[in-house]
Amino acid sequence: MQTADQTLDEILSLAAAHFKVPREKLTPDDDFFKTLGIDSLQALDLLTRLEHHFHVELPDYELQGVSDFRTLAERIQARL
Amino acid sequence: MNNHHGKALSWEWNDGVIELALHREPCNEIGSLALQELEEFASALQDLRYESHSLIVYSRQKPGFCAGADLRELYESSRRMEKSAATAGVRDFLERIHRVMNIIDAAPLTTIAAVHGVTFGGGFELALVCDLIIADKMARFCFPELRLGLVPGFGGIPRLKRDLGNAVVRDLLLTGRSFNATKAQQIGLVSQVVAEGQALRAARGTAAQIGKFDRRTAIAAKEFIKPIPYEELRREIDIFCELFAQPAVEAGLKKFAESTDAQPYLP
Repeated sequence: MQTADQTLDEILSLAAAHFKVPREKLTPDDDFFKTLGIDSLQALDLLTRLEHHFHVELPDYELQGVSDFRTLAERIQARL
Repeated sequence: MNNHHGKALSWEWNDGVIELALHREPCNEIGSLALQELEEFASALQDLRYESHSLIVYSRQKPGFCAGADLRELYESSRRMEKSAATAGVRDFLERIHRVMNIIDAAPLTTIAAVHGVTFGGGFELALVCDLIIADKMARFCFPELRLGLVPGFGGIPRLKRDLGNAVVRDLLLTGRSFNATKAQQIGLVSQVVAEGQALRAARGTAAQIGKFDRRTAIAAKEFIKPIPYEELRREIDIFCELFAQPAVEAGLKKFAESTDAQPYLP
């Protein structure tokens, strides 16, 4: 099973690639809405991509109030 | 009218296949304009059905298939009226959209929803009237109505019950959570999941296959396996209108309509 750090790293890489932001500009505690410049609709798109990438199901109510990559990674890690 | 270009939607007929395209910004919200044009389409469908074997419904809007009812329009129109008049207006809207949905549901041709992105609320309900749902892998489905103090009002509950086990229906309705195309296929809502941007292509391929079959046989098969739950659809309108009169709905609509987020879909 992969580590929490690996999960976090994969999220950052996926988000950087999809939203065309340099990977080195993203840090674990960033507010991804601000850093990626996305609205809630694009956040849903990111959620779907993460579900496919990690082969998990993430009920959106579990992500309520989550806006940083580190907490997002913790939620995903809990379902791996 | 074989081809029509409207403000919210357009349709084209070609070689037995009708393609209904939704193209109203931002994500095909169904308000009074879309309803009027859907009624025009339903009327045209009565003529086109004799020379057609398939209908494909899809969206040209990038964010998705359809984000559901136009809640901002609903909020703006209802806040200017007495509660009883607003509820009467909602009932009239629901009666009209149900007539359209029922016509598409019962149409004597094979209907395919080719969906991508946001397929929420009334958009999900529009997909559910179709015989087949073909989903882009990035499609996302949701019945968010309970967040507003409502239930789905365009026929969603009876049609979900028709297609799925009751335990799954309860999960989707009572949690209001969204789910992806893979999950939708696992629970039996979606018949094909395809790569990003490929839903319409796959729907056209499916329609071409459907066109090879004898129409009378296909119609008989559809009538046998896809009953329309008219009684429950009527009950759904009543429940929706009863709930709409409650104060919680006004507060929920206000919160949605006044959200500063460009697309306040996240719960």
